[in-house]
Amino acid sequence: MMNIFKSNCGVAVLAAALALLPLVLPNAFYYDVAIRIAINACVVIGLNLLMGYTGQISLGHAGFFGLGAYASAILTSRFGWPPMVALAAGAVATGLLAFGVARPILKLKGHYLAMATLGLGIIISIVIINESAWTGGPDGMQVGPFGLFGFELNGEHMWYWLMAALLLLVTWFALNLIDSPAGRALQAIHGSEIAARVAGVDVTASKVRVFVLSAVLASVLGSLSAHYVGFLSPGVSGFSHSIEFVTMVVVGGMASVFGSIFGAVILTMLPQLLSTFEGWETVAFGVILMLTMIFLPKGLVPTLRLKFSKAEP
Amino acid sequence: MPKPSSPLFATTHRCMVAPSLAAVGNARAQGFSRVRRLVNLTTAALCVIAGPALAEAPIRIGSFLSVTGPAAYLGDPELKTLQMEIDKLNKGGGLLGRKVELVHYDDGSEASKANSFAKRLIEDDKVDVILGGTTTGGTMAAVGLIDKAGMPFISMSAGVPIIEPVKKWVFKVAPTDRMAAERVFADMKKRGLLKVALLTETSGFGQSGRKETLAVAPKFGITVVADETFGPKDTDVTAQLTKIKASADVQALFVFGAGQGPAVVTKNAAQLGIKQPIYQSHGVASEEYIKLAGPSAEGVRLPAAALLIADKLAATDPQKKMVSDYSKEFAERWKTDVSTFGGHAYDALAIYVAAVKRANSVDKEKVRAEIEKTKGFVGTAGVFNLSDKDHMGLDPSAFRMLEIRKGDWTLID
Amino acid sequence: MQSQFLQFLFSGVTVGATYALAALGFTLIYNASGVINFAQGEFIMLGGMGAVFLAQAGLPLPLAIVLAIALAALAGVLVEKLAIEPAGNAEVVTLIIITIGASLTIRGLVQVFLGTGNHALPAFSGEAPIAVLGATLLPQSLWVLGVTGIVVAALAWFFGRTRMGKAMLATAHNKLAAQLVGVNVRFILLLSFALSAALGAVGGILVAPINYTSYDAGIMLGLKGFVAATLGGLGAGMGAVVGGLLLGVVEAMTAGYVSSAYKDATPFVLILLILFFRPQGLFGKKGTDRV
Repeated sequence: MMNIFKSNCGVAVLAAALALLPLVLPNAFYYDVAIRIAINACVVIGLNLLMGYTGQISLGHAGFFGLGAYASAILTSRFGWPPMVALAAGAVATGLLAFGVARPILKLKGHYLAMATLGLGIIISIVIINESAWTGGPDGMQVGPFGLFGFELNGEHMWYWLMAALLLLVTWFALNLIDSPAGRALQAIHGSEIAARVAGVDVTASKVRVFVLSAVLASVLGSLSAHYVGFLSPGVSGFSHSIEFVTMVVVGGMASVFGSIFGAVILTMLPQLLSTFEGWETVAFGVILMLTMIFLPKGLVPTLRLKFSKAEP
Repeated sequence: MPKPSSPLFATTHRCMVAPSLAAVGNARAQGFSRVRRLVNLTTAALCVIAGPALAEAPIRIGSFLSVTGPAAYLGDPELKTLQMEIDKLNKGGGLLGRKVELVHYDDGSEASKANSFAKRLIEDDKVDVILGGTTTGGTMAAVGLIDKAGMPFISMSAGVPIIEPVKKWVFKVAPTDRMAAERVFADMKKRGLLKVALLTETSGFGQSGRKETLAVAPKFGITVVADETFGPKDTDVTAQLTKIKASADVQALFVFGAGQGPAVVTKNAAQLGIKQPIYQSHGVASEEYIKLAGPSAEGVRLPAAALLIADKLAATDPQKKMVSDYSKEFAERWKTDVSTFGGHAYDALAIYVAAVKRANSVDKEKVRAEIEKTKGFVGTAGVFNLSDKDHMGLDPSAFRMLEIRKGDWTLID
Repeated sequence: MQSQFLQFLFSGVTVGATYALAALGFTLIYNASGVINFAQGEFIMLGGMGAVFLAQAGLPLPLAIVLAIALAALAGVLVEKLAIEPAGNAEVVTLIIITIGASLTIRGLVQVFLGTGNHALPAFSGEAPIAVLGATLLPQSLWVLGVTGIVVAALAWFFGRTRMGKAMLATAHNKLAAQLVGVNVRFILLLSFALSAALGAVGGILVAPINYTSYDAGIMLGLKGFVAATLGGLGAGMGAVVGGLLLGVVEAMTAGYVSSAYKDATPFVLILLILFFRPQGLFGKKGTDRV
């Protein structure tokens, strides 16, 4: 039963769930929540590859998300570029930046990447806030709709199917990556960096590759998110958004692709659910974070997996 | 994932939901007790009987406000005002004989959450009007949805882009930063202060204020000789002020910000011995500013809504009664000083209520048309005269010019 | 020109002293438990807010200050007992999230019970600025620098000369070995959190007359304190102080000579530079791993 999560059956189950979900979503608002969950899930799957498998923490992933978002917004609104090209440009720029920062840092051992990404994310935020001639500053900017070869994506229904397909693609890709030789190298690094090095794995190069991959993924999702919401403000690249992503990874389960999806589901819905708490939302969120981390330190999916595997005869 | 019909996504239309729940309950009743089934059936029956009487569904006013986060000092009094005034409305028999219900969400000063909650209000809660948008960012994030959905929306934030260009369904009740700049420059010109140093906050309010200020300065013959910025949470601006002090020909200082930043500026200016007159924006129109800046605030001038000086208005002033009553009630109910920002919520609600009464319905198109026709409406921010070309209805005379003397407000103009 | 530079220096050093106290708090907890405590900023805020409200409630200022520090220390103890201890030997990321959860909880509670406004404490010895070589200094700044100096000296004495202090250092170095020689590691952990919170609170109170305090005052202060600690070398007490002062001064110079809008980016640019060129910080030791 556990293997459902591990093998491609898991992807099939996810596909079925995504296909059937519209039957129970009553109105466009619920589609909106589902789309936001899918966006977050894709980013978090990428982040999880970095955190769960190489044991590095990124405290600035929202910065990459924001870079992609603003690149798309500025290039399409102010320069008239086609959305797909703008998205690609944003992804390339983010990838280069991630590579430039990661290469020197990841040579070191320890949590230096956490501090570097913390700094990078906040710098990106500040630049976005200050360069208001380009970015609209704290009051934000409008973003045009996303289009492919003249076909425009409008409305929650179209976006739902796009995001569902993308989520499936990213999930399948991540699962296959983990099972590949490259992925096994990653798992070896997580187990013991030194042992991996002894076994011949180029640890630094692997870590850099994963970091750049997760940054590019965040950038692509940022671009899509900007087009979907239609409006962008500097908060998307802020420190709290980065922490939200990290929390989704940890709550869902590190080193677990489906855990990332669950983490995204729970934490995207939480503000909507907590909205009934009238002023106590921050306290409620903080308490939930602490309790989850204390009692489910491995995250939701791995803990459940352990529970079920113990129950097997 | 919780089902849409679970209590977590509850709506108040329980009578419509209950019969379907009862049906579902009955289907699963094999495992339920017989008492449960009886209760479900009874509820359904009662709802069918009582249905027509309860069919007069309440009028639903939706709101997304920044009750927490950096804009909390704006959103918190706005929410309190809405709650207080809607309670008053209901006690007095409701609106058009129907109860008024407030559905509100806290966007935490984040524009993407504002967008999400606006969608929720429109699609899921199906409200009749939205009064909200504490920050310009939050408002602009919702504007696209508002237009598509044909929902009347009265915003409480200051940004000029909200009403320029005019959008059919979007109105606002807060004065723009452009008006504040015009008022300040008019006063400066009267005192012969033509060379001004600008010190603006990097927040949305400050940046927008800076843009508008630079745009209107030439109209008054004023030259901006220094242009510095500070962050909203900055604890020290002596560096910026030192640079300004070094510019020999500065005749006055204009600070555009809100919250604690401008108070720090005022204190630092006193510390550095800056003698030029200081003007603030309406962002500091609150008792808190005087408390924080202390004696260094002596002589500072700023444009503010009449609400701030309710007790000092002449008895013949058209706004006097309204702002005095509101101040008193707010202080009584919430045990805290009234806020000019909370006043925007008061104005938004009052304009909506008046429009509904004139239209004699909550039909969105009819109410929208009536809101647009609001004329001579006395609110906390001034006297409103809307039109199809002006979805705000205020002009610079809505601001009064105040000076701080001996730790209290004095009306100059 | 020279007086301008001096003015920037004064304001930089004043704000830098706050960062130094925050950084010391980070370093203390990191040393004792390996935890990067993202709730440190909230302890600073509790000091300031606590003192303000206790003074408003009628207590004389000195008593309000002492009580506020005690309350912050209590909060530190609660965080350690209720959040860190139950987590046991969790991974670093988990602990970071727990401290973030703790900071949200503390901030949320203060917001609900004490509101969202800004508050000030009266300056300890008046507001008349002191003129020095063409620049001015607030008397409160002298308090900040003076008290910080005393605190740093006291900590140096504590760690160098008392048994408790040495036990703390031993725990930081090697928990197991410390336990083996009879150090009560649990108590040391509690003490480190309490001390760290108290330090933060002192910083918050010292600057409240200049900086004002509010329920969200802790966010930026905490982050910058963390940056200052990293600059100095996470784990080096002297480094924390130097890192804090350096950070304050560089910030002020950036605001004065480069661009006031990008002043806030300074700490984070500095951290990237340090990580590229000297990752162990100014005073930290290069780490080695036993295979």
